[in-house]
Order: sequence, then structure tokens, then C-alpha cells
Amino acid sequence: MSEAVLKSTSPDQAWTLPSRGIVGMTCLIIAEAAIFVIFVVAYIFYIGKSLTGPMPKDVLELPIFTTICLLSSSLTVHAAVSALRKSKQRLCSLWLAATVLLGGIFIAGTAHEWYDLIYNHGLTIRTNLFGTTFYSLVGLHATHVVVGLILLSLALLFSIRGEMKEEHSEKLEVLSLYWHFVDGVWVIVFLVVYVLGR
Amino acid sequence: MATQIPVDEMHDQIARVPRRLWLEVLHGWVTTVDHKKIGLMYIGYALFFLVIAGFEALLMRVQLAIPNNHFVSPEVFNGLFTMHGTTMVFFVGMPILFGFGNYLIPLMIGARDMAFPRLNAFSFWISAFGGLLLYFSYVGGSGLYGAGSAPDVGWFAYAPLTARVFSPGHSTDYWTIAILLSGIGSIGTALNIVATIICMRCPGMKMSRLPLLPWLYLVTSGLAFVAIGPLTAAQIMLMLDRYVGSHFFDTQAGGSAVLWMHFFWIFGHPEVYILVLPAFAFANEIIPVFSRKAIFGYPAMVAASVGIGFISLSVWAHHMFTVGLGPGGNTFFTLATMIISVPTGIKIFNWLATLWGGKIQFTASMMFAIGFLFQFLIAGLTGIMLSVAPFDWQLGNSYFVVAHFHYVLVGAILFMLFSAFYYWYPKMSGRMLSERLGKWHFWLFVIGFHLTFDLMHVPGLLGMPRRIYTYEADRGWMIWNVLISSGAIIQTVATLLFVYNMVWSYFKGPIAGPDPWDAWTLEWSVPSPPPSYNFAEIPTVASRRPLWDLKHPEDPDSDYEMEQGSPHETQKEGA
Amino acid sequence: MFASQGWCGFAVVILSAFVADPTNIFAPAGTPASSIFSLSMLVLGITAAIFLIVAGILAYVLVRYGSRASNGQGEQEPPQIYGSNQIELSWTVIPVLIVVMLFLATTRVIYTTEHAQRLANSLDVTVIGHQFWWEYRYPQMGVVTANELHVPVSDHAHPLPTYLTMSSADTDHSFWVPRLAGKMDLIPNKVNTMWIDPQTKGLYLGQCAQYCGVQHAKMLIRVYADTPQEFAAWVEHQQQPAVDDPAAAEGRDIFMHNACISCHTIRGTVATGRFGPDLTHVGGRDTIASGSVRNTSANLREFIDNPANFKPGALMPPMHLDAHDLDAVTAYLTTLK
Repeated sequence: MSEAVLKSTSPDQAWTLPSRGIVGMTCLIIAEAAIFVIFVVAYIFYIGKSLTGPMPKDVLELPIFTTICLLSSSLTVHAAVSALRKSKQRLCSLWLAATVLLGGIFIAGTAHEWYDLIYNHGLTIRTNLFGTTFYSLVGLHATHVVVGLILLSLALLFSIRGEMKEEHSEKLEVLSLYWHFVDGVWVIVFLVVYVLGR
Repeated sequence: MATQIPVDEMHDQIARVPRRLWLEVLHGWVTTVDHKKIGLMYIGYALFFLVIAGFEALLMRVQLAIPNNHFVSPEVFNGLFTMHGTTMVFFVGMPILFGFGNYLIPLMIGARDMAFPRLNAFSFWISAFGGLLLYFSYVGGSGLYGAGSAPDVGWFAYAPLTARVFSPGHSTDYWTIAILLSGIGSIGTALNIVATIICMRCPGMKMSRLPLLPWLYLVTSGLAFVAIGPLTAAQIMLMLDRYVGSHFFDTQAGGSAVLWMHFFWIFGHPEVYILVLPAFAFANEIIPVFSRKAIFGYPAMVAASVGIGFISLSVWAHHMFTVGLGPGGNTFFTLATMIISVPTGIKIFNWLATLWGGKIQFTASMMFAIGFLFQFLIAGLTGIMLSVAPFDWQLGNSYFVVAHFHYVLVGAILFMLFSAFYYWYPKMSGRMLSERLGKWHFWLFVIGFHLTFDLMHVPGLLGMPRRIYTYEADRGWMIWNVLISSGAIIQTVATLLFVYNMVWSYFKGPIAGPDPWDAWTLEWSVPSPPPSYNFAEIPTVASRRPLWDLKHPEDPDSDYEMEQGSPHETQKEGA
Repeated sequence: MFASQGWCGFAVVILSAFVADPTNIFAPAGTPASSIFSLSMLVLGITAAIFLIVAGILAYVLVRYGSRASNGQGEQEPPQIYGSNQIELSWTVIPVLIVVMLFLATTRVIYTTEHAQRLANSLDVTVIGHQFWWEYRYPQMGVVTANELHVPVSDHAHPLPTYLTMSSADTDHSFWVPRLAGKMDLIPNKVNTMWIDPQTKGLYLGQCAQYCGVQHAKMLIRVYADTPQEFAAWVEHQQQPAVDDPAAAEGRDIFMHNACISCHTIRGTVATGRFGPDLTHVGGRDTIASGSVRNTSANLREFIDNPANFKPGALMPPMHLDAHDLDAVTAYLTTLK
């Protein structure tokens, strides 16, 4: 009945709406950020409240190298998206590979740090409040990095096989948003754990 | 090019159809990504758990009717109030409201489906699994002996009661994991709602022309993103404490029990707004239609709703006035809570102004909406009472609080849900619900509701705390408890009448047609029930009430909106 | 509507109930409860006024603008009013003013209660919450008791408040004696304080108000407001070590040779357990099982035999004493006045 009449009176005006993928990923980022905020709050709340050692300043060292790697990977993933936009698929693969590599270095660095903390300093999640909040916060972040690496590796695979084309650049951008979020969280974690908390 | 089937083969096929059809139908539902079917599954699921949680409430009311009763043991009772609360919030309230949102939002914005149909299905199924897991706790663990392993720590599961030492076994874990899973589903649905509303509106539907229902669901979803995360985080921490030996809430190791409370209520307070905003959404659609007037003050309604969303994030510790926050903390949270009454009051006044000067039709749907208005007013006022921290030092954790929140959950939200059922059931099923049965349902429920929940305020004033499986005879609480319990029975009868109405009307109700209420939003422009593709052609709209404009070409809303209009308003060609 | 008739009958029943009820928040017997009462009357007044006005408008609107006809399609629609800036402004500003006023009145009570000046001669009591009983310690006097709190009566001319310093040994609890004060939670690893000053001699009832486990419902509170002389006598008596009645020697020996001593203290004996209530003067209490059972020989015996007889889920296990030993121990504890 009514549908025929519900037509545009000015067909020349374009009706554009934001991209679903970008909006969806933004929502996911907000939700994940809410989870991280709580772990950060718990960390800050318990600073100085451990009943026994070891204390942060005794055992933590600034992870400068791995941080540089992770933050650079934001640049490389951005470059990958730009390359794909210009249909430069091989360049995109290259940048994606760099991203995965840099992310992998970060994870390896974290693993090494944890090995050292557990076996050389006796700090585990159950040792004291510092151990509890440190491992949970850094671990939650690391889990998100691993998930991101899995997705990026998949993207890299598609890209190497030549299946990722210019029309997929928005999907890659959505993935890169997630990766930027993960890096952003690391900035906060770095400041709270390694700067403020020590 | 259609292929011709030989007649006898066709007859064979038809003869075989009934049995194949059953399986096909079931398969269709299980694998569907259609927002309408998913919406109906959410609603059906929620109604099922409403009956179960209602039964849990009835058992509690029988136990509490007389002092020192032995109808159920303390362990069973403590499990009942935990399960009742957890079920009602997470497996009735959330699903039913997301179900309505799922069904209605694409139709109201002129879209064919939600933004992410497969995510939609996933969200439903993971939430459904969470609910089943929670109820598996009755038979898991120690099985059907005694109370089984049902969680008995209260729906807010305060630490350190939830630590392994005080809650051995797996009852707390069932609570934690079931809600964690449903939280994932809720975030998925909220994400879908936001993406759909922002990215899939039909041409011409600028945000300022969005019907109020999607607006309120937008705010609800935004709240969900910010509020569910804290609960998920706290639950991860609880699981780590219980199984990995961490000390988040381990007071023996310097941990803080109050920290759990903060984290929980940072979720818990916005959660109740997540539950109530969709009820406002329904009111914003239904009250205007049965007053035959546009909603009064659309911009203020939007602003008030967004305002409520924001402020609700800052009031959480009014659930903690008695934990020793100190006068500074108590004062701040008193103020924040009182402030939220301003936008809430604006909404009530705007609804009244919508009714004013209208031609009010007392359909069953409208009667429930009016009940909502009256009862939400009272609930809000008892909320103001509780926001006064010193008054809360007396009334907190008492039956006054239980009465207040049931007034909101049942008196406001459930009433508005009933109203929504009577209003949209014709659209979803193609048939009208019986108005006669509807009125019986209304009056019976009103009597039962007021008997139970008006009187429930009194034991609170007389010193009765909540979550007690029995009470002493010398407290003077018995008469109130007896009356409260009898009201519960009346509400049960009324609800059963409603269920009967829904089933009977599905088969025997009068055919509804596309627009039985002479309403104005896009869902009434499609057949009842809508075809799977929703709209034959995606519509274009020029105002907030596209169907009003069509029915009233001499006085369309688009004229009024142009008058108020923004510089971007398009010029109408011709008269 | 239903509501108006209901409210009248309601008020009558309320008033009569209120007079008799021992835990009625509207029958304050101490300063904190009284200041809350005054504030609550203001709040109730304001909310009642708002209710009458708004509900009145609602009722008026329904009566005046109700349509007799069904939703006929061809009917004339009423004038469409989309909004009014002046009206909407007024019903924004007025609620803001009400909120400001209410907030200021509330803040005053918050500060006068929580930041009250401590008086020099006030009594200090340490309250420790346990699953499912109350431990009371009087540090200034060396008294330790359980479940029945004795405090001196106060009056406005000569105030003698009691300061409660509270924490918990296990889960969260909450101390609520409605006629004396608002409730305050007892939280492990946190110390909260509150004060009470009963103005009239008597017994004030309350109970735990924060769900703490299976027997939360039976964690009752009894506050005895004694005259200063009675209180002094009570303190002096409590300071004595346990009565050593030779007639109860057998029961005492059984007690001291059983697991009882690992949880309970009886001052002057080898029993120095801290997990359960102090029993030094248990015979002199009106109740056992945290106020939920009258302290008679028969009840005491049944409780010791198996606490689950009264409080299923209580943390004291059944002691598996035979009938004879049970009688002897009961007789012993009864002598501990």
C-alpha cells in the first residue's frame, strides 16, 4: 500500500551511511576497553598493598625494545592497509609480514620476561597482590595480541595467495583498528605497570 | 523457466510433506539468521525462564509466609533467591528485551535485517547455552541430592563469600561461567544494534527522524558496552582467585572485598538501566499511538535518554552506602543518584503531556502502559528515598529495597513488556490477542502486583533484611508476609492467563492485517507477519512518522519538522 | 482507583503494627536513628507531594481525555502538539531545585552522623562478625563476650555513646539494630566504625543484614541498654574468670578433654580457642545460637548434641557425645553464669 508512495522527493541527494565493519569494531573496542579499564584499576588500587615481596622495583625492567616493536607494528599494519588500497598486493603482504614479525617479537619478549620473573625471582600470580595484578593485566593484553596475530597471519596468508584484493581493504582496515587498539592498550599498561607502579 | 512436475509425483510429494516439514521447520529455526526469527527465539526463551524463575519465587514466598517455616531448607532457599535473581536479570530480562529489539529495529528503520546476521544468531545461541548451563547446576555436581550445586551466593555474589574456602564445590563457577557466556551474547547483540541503527537506516531517515525505540536501544547498547566489561573482568578475576590462587578478593592476602562490590556495581547499576530503557522505548511508541498524538518533546526525550545513560554510569555506589565509603563518598553518590531523577522525571512528564489533549484508547496494551506510568512514578520516588544515604543506612539490604526494585522490574518493565506484547503480537503472528482476556489479565495482575509489592515496603520499614530463609515470630512481620505471598499467587494466575491468551490467539485470534492500531512507524507498513525480506522496496522517509504523513497528507509531520528544521532539510518539490 | 482505598486501610494497619514492632525504623531510640527519622519524614513528605501531584495529573488526563470509541480509522485525530520549550524548561528546573534542597538536607545528616565529635567518656566496643555469630570485645575493660551486647544508656544531658569498631573474621556481615542506628557492614580486611546511644533502658533487637552464608537469617543481634550501675555491675561480673563449681567438675573435665577447647575460650581454664564464641559466662546469657534459641538446659543440650538441630549449616559440628557426657557438659555450661 504505502511503499509505492514512500519514495524520495529529491533523488539526487546521496544517502551514505558509515561502514558497518568500522562501527562494529569500534563497539567491540569500547567493550574490550571496559574490561581492560577494570584490570588497570585493580592494578593501580593494589600498588603498594602487597603483604610480601617481591616488589615491582625489585624485578621489573623497562621493556623498551619490545614496546618499540609493538608500537611500530601499528605503523606497518597501517602501511599494509594503504598498500592494499592502492592495489599493491605484494607490498601489502610485506607490511603484513612485518607486522606479524614485530608482534611475534613482542610476545616472545613477554614470554622471556615471564620466564625470568617466575624462575629467577619467584614471582607468580599467587605470590602476592603485585603478582596477581601484573600477570592478569599483562596476560590479558598478551592474549589480545595473540588473537590479533592469528588474525593477521590469516590475512597474510590470504594476501600471499593473492586472494586479498583492493575491495577487501576495508576489512583489513577493520582488523588494523583492532591492532591499533591492542597497541594503545599497551601504552597504558606500560605507563601504569612499568612507570607508575615501580 | 518452471519445470512441470507430473501430477501423481506432486501428490506423492504433498503426502510426504508433513513429516519432512517438521524437521525442516526445526532446522530452519536452529540455523536461521533472520532477525525476526532470532527475536522470537529470544522472546520464547525468556518466557520459558520467566515461568521457571517465577516458580522459584513462589517457593520462596511459601517458605516466608510464616515465621520459622520448614517448607524448604536454608540451603535450598539460598539457592532459590540466587537463581531467581540471576535468571530474571540475565535469562529473562536481557533476552526478552534484546528479542524485541532484534525483531523491531530493522523493521522500524526500513532495513532488511540486522547488520551482522550471523553474529546475531551466535549471540542468541551462546546466551541460550549460558542459561542451560546455569540450570544444569541443579543436577550437576552433587546432582539431585539436597540442593544440587545451584549457586547460593546471591545474584551479586559478594566476595569473599565466593572464595573457594567459603563456597567449595562448583556452584559459584556455574554462576560465573553462565553469566560470562551470556555477557558475550549481550555484547554481540548490542554491537549489532548499534551497527544496524547507524549503518542501515533507510534513505531519508536521519538520526533526527529515528523513531524513539531505536534511539533508546542505541543508548541501551552503548551502556552495555561500557557496563558488561566490568562484570566480565570481575568474573575473570574471581575465577583466577578460585582456581589459580590469585588474590584479587582474597582478604587474607591483603585483597579487598569492597573492590568486588565496586566492580560488580559498576556493571550492576547500568545493567538495571539496560533493562529499563527498552521499557521506555516501548512506552515511547505505544503511548502516542493510543493517545492519537505525537510524542511530546521528541528532542527532550532523546536528550533525557542519553543523559540517563551517562549519569547511570556514575551512581553505582549507592548500592554501597553501608560499606563505609566515608562521608565524601556517600555524599557524592547521593548527589549523582538524585540528579538522575531529573531526566527520568522529564520522561514521565513528557508522557503525561502526550496523553494530555489526546483521545486515549483503553486497549489492553494501553492499560498496561498506563499501569507502567503509575508504577514507574512510585518506583522512582522510592528510588529517591533510597538515594538519601542516611535513609539507606536503615533501608538498604532490607525488604524495602526488594520492594523498590521489584516495583521497577515488575511494575514498570514487566507491565511495559505486557503492553508491548499486546501491541506487537499482531505484527509478529498475524493475529490479535484477545482484548477480553487481556483485560482480565490486566486487572488480576494489578491486584496481585499491588498486594505483593506495595505491602512489601512495610517489612523493610519494620526491620526485615533480605535474603533470609526465615524470621523470628516476635518481629511482627508475619501478617505482611502472608499478604505478600498471596499476591504472588494472584500474579501467577494472571500470567498463566496471558500465556493461554498467546497460545489460543495464535490459532483462533482475529486476523490482524498490516496495521490494526492505525499506527505511524514503518513496521506497520508491511504485512503481518512480515515476509522474510521485510520490505518489497526499501522505503524513503521524510519525517519521524512516515505513515502519519501518508494518512494525513494535509498535515504531515514533515511540515512541522521542516519548520523546526535544520539547514540540511530538503525542499519538497511541489505542494 | 484501588490504590486510594488501599492506602487508608493500610495506614491504620501500619500505625498499629508500628507501635508494637521491636525493629521499627520509625520508632527511634537513639540519636543516629532519630536524625535519620527526621530526615526520612522530610523525604517522605516531598515524595508524597510529588506523587499526589503527578498521579493526580495522570488520573485527570485519563478521565478527561479517555475516548469512548474504538480505534476507528476514519475518526478525527486530536491536534498534534510536538512540544513546548517553556513547559519543558519548567519541569526541568523545578526538579533540579527539589534535588538541590533534598541534597543539602541529606548532606547535613551524613556529616553529623559520620563525622560526629567523639566524646571523651564514650565506651569502645570491638565487634567482629563471624559466620554466624557476633564477637564483642571491650578493650578498655578486658571483657570478651558474644552475641549479647551490653551498653550503658545514654541521655541528652549526659551523653554516653558507645563506639563500635567493626570488622569481620570471614565474609561480609552487617550490624543492623533499626531502633538505634542505620546499619554498617563488617568487612574482612576493613575497619568500619559507627556509634549508638540508646536513650531508654531496654532490649533492642536486630540482625545481620548482609548475606553471609547458610545461616545468615539466624545471626540475630541483642543490645541490652543498661543503667550505668547495671552496666558497671555487668562489666565487673564479665571480668571475672569462669565460675568453678565443683558440682560440675565432671562436665568441665569432659569439656576440657574434647575438641571443644580448640574453638571456645573459657577464661581461667585451658580452653583458649578463638574460632567460636567465648563461653566464660555463657550460662548468664538469655539466648544461645546468636539470639535464635532461648538459653535453657534442654535447648543447650540439644544444641551441643547437634547444632544443626537449630541452625543447619552452623559451623560448629555435632560433638558426638553420648547421653551421659552431654548431660554433664550441659550442666557445666549452665553453671558458667
